[in-house]
Amino acid sequence: MALLQTEGLTAHYGDFQALFGVDIALNEAEVVAIIGANGAGKTTLMRSISGVLRNAPSMVQFDGAVIGNQPADEIMAQGVAMVPEGRKLFPSLSVEENLLIGTYGRKTGGHWSLETIYDLFPILREKRNNPGTALSGGQQQMVAIGRALMSNPRVLLCDEISLGLAPVVIKDIYKAVPAIKAAGASLIVVEQDIGQAMAVADRVYCMMEGRVTLSGTPESLNREAIHDAYFGAAA
Amino acid sequence: MIWVDTIVQGILLGGLYALFAAGLSLVFGIMRLVNLAHGDLIVMGAYLILVLVTLLGLSPFIAVLVAMPLMFALGWGLQKFLLNRTLGDDILPPLLVTFGLSIVLQNALLEGFSADSQRLPTDALTTASVQLGSISLGVMPLLTFASAILVIVGLNQLFYRTSLGRAFRATSDDAVTASLMGIKPANIFAVATGIALIIVTIAALYLGLRSNFDPNIGPARLIYAFEAVIIGGLGSLWGTLIGGIIIGVAQTVGAAINPEWQILAGHIAFLVVLLIRPRGLFPRAHD
Repeated sequence: MALLQTEGLTAHYGDFQALFGVDIALNEAEVVAIIGANGAGKTTLMRSISGVLRNAPSMVQFDGAVIGNQPADEIMAQGVAMVPEGRKLFPSLSVEENLLIGTYGRKTGGHWSLETIYDLFPILREKRNNPGTALSGGQQQMVAIGRALMSNPRVLLCDEISLGLAPVVIKDIYKAVPAIKAAGASLIVVEQDIGQAMAVADRVYCMMEGRVTLSGTPESLNREAIHDAYFGAAA
Repeated sequence: MIWVDTIVQGILLGGLYALFAAGLSLVFGIMRLVNLAHGDLIVMGAYLILVLVTLLGLSPFIAVLVAMPLMFALGWGLQKFLLNRTLGDDILPPLLVTFGLSIVLQNALLEGFSADSQRLPTDALTTASVQLGSISLGVMPLLTFASAILVIVGLNQLFYRTSLGRAFRATSDDAVTASLMGIKPANIFAVATGIALIIVTIAALYLGLRSNFDPNIGPARLIYAFEAVIIGGLGSLWGTLIGGIIIGVAQTVGAAINPEWQILAGHIAFLVVLLIRPRGLFPRAHD
């Protein structure tokens, strides 16, 4: 039994259907990457799992319970935290307050606290009293990840955490993944950068136009198959 | 010296307007909701205190403490079950619903208490004054002003020192992302309106102690409150106090020149500030 899974997940924005029966699974202590081009439905998938978009109950299952119809705050309280696309720091809050608010709905003991987050991203300790939005893009991303970790989640959803960042900064941020895993969280990482996804993940799903077109371990997937799954097979 | 006296009285009057305005400012700051029934809720609060004073024989200062939790519960329920349903991308539904609520409240008060004007019973304290040089300051206006400062300091502490305050600010920034933090925006809004109605109750106490009230004076209190909020800059609590003081001073100075000009002078001061600083004196950096 997977820790988190979707079953025939569909999602709509008004008349537009964004997901057509997506089945993915995340096992305990696993890192799963979801790759795909713009508009493939990756972010919609994250929004559905996290409860920002509501679905039929059985479409999302966590730890043996159906949660597809629960609102985001209830899902977060059970231990599924999200680093949203675009970081979405709260501009009215300082760096430290942005971190602290991560525990609002779930106060459980665990590895992650202000201190351990500052150890993971030391630059944030220096900038703790700055407004969150006064930081560089990479530092903001660290705050967004730290904010999600503060609740000591069992599942961490990372939506495009490398978007718009310089390669050297992306490397810095992905360096945190082993520590996050070691502290007991399983991860779903949404990535457009195939190389990065392959490097970090235990398993990969490739999405196109709202469907999963390919899945497997990084070793089992060859370049050509990924190319076809990512862009569609040439007619 | 008469001018100094006039201005000091105006500043103290500004405390009352800041009390009228603080709840409005709080609710607008957190959920972008303009509550057109705010003035009528203040009048309702005054009647509630009056009922408690009459029925239980309490002093108004004790009755206000009894009224506060009742008003909090009312605000919580009002937001949770009515106003939350009006919030969304469209700004019209909250305006229409609170406008309707204003009419309902006025008429309900009229049915229940008649159009006769009422006043909270005053004792020696409320007519006492202290002498400061050649200026004589009423204890009541001083208490009003001190309460306004306390309310604003208290709200600032709540906003910037507590977990609930962080949740208020985060929800105001971005309700969807706030829900990813485990915050239920609907509950945050309900608590905010509850707190706003606690402040309304304090405002109601001083309204009822300082002057007569009847069911129809709500909308005028709303205008003063609204002007104070706009002058101060939307979302700034200290700005709201400054806004109240500007209106208060303009009114007393206007009245000193010609008693007919009191109300007009306040509105003109508001228009002048809007002409010079359309976003108010202390606007928030981001909206």
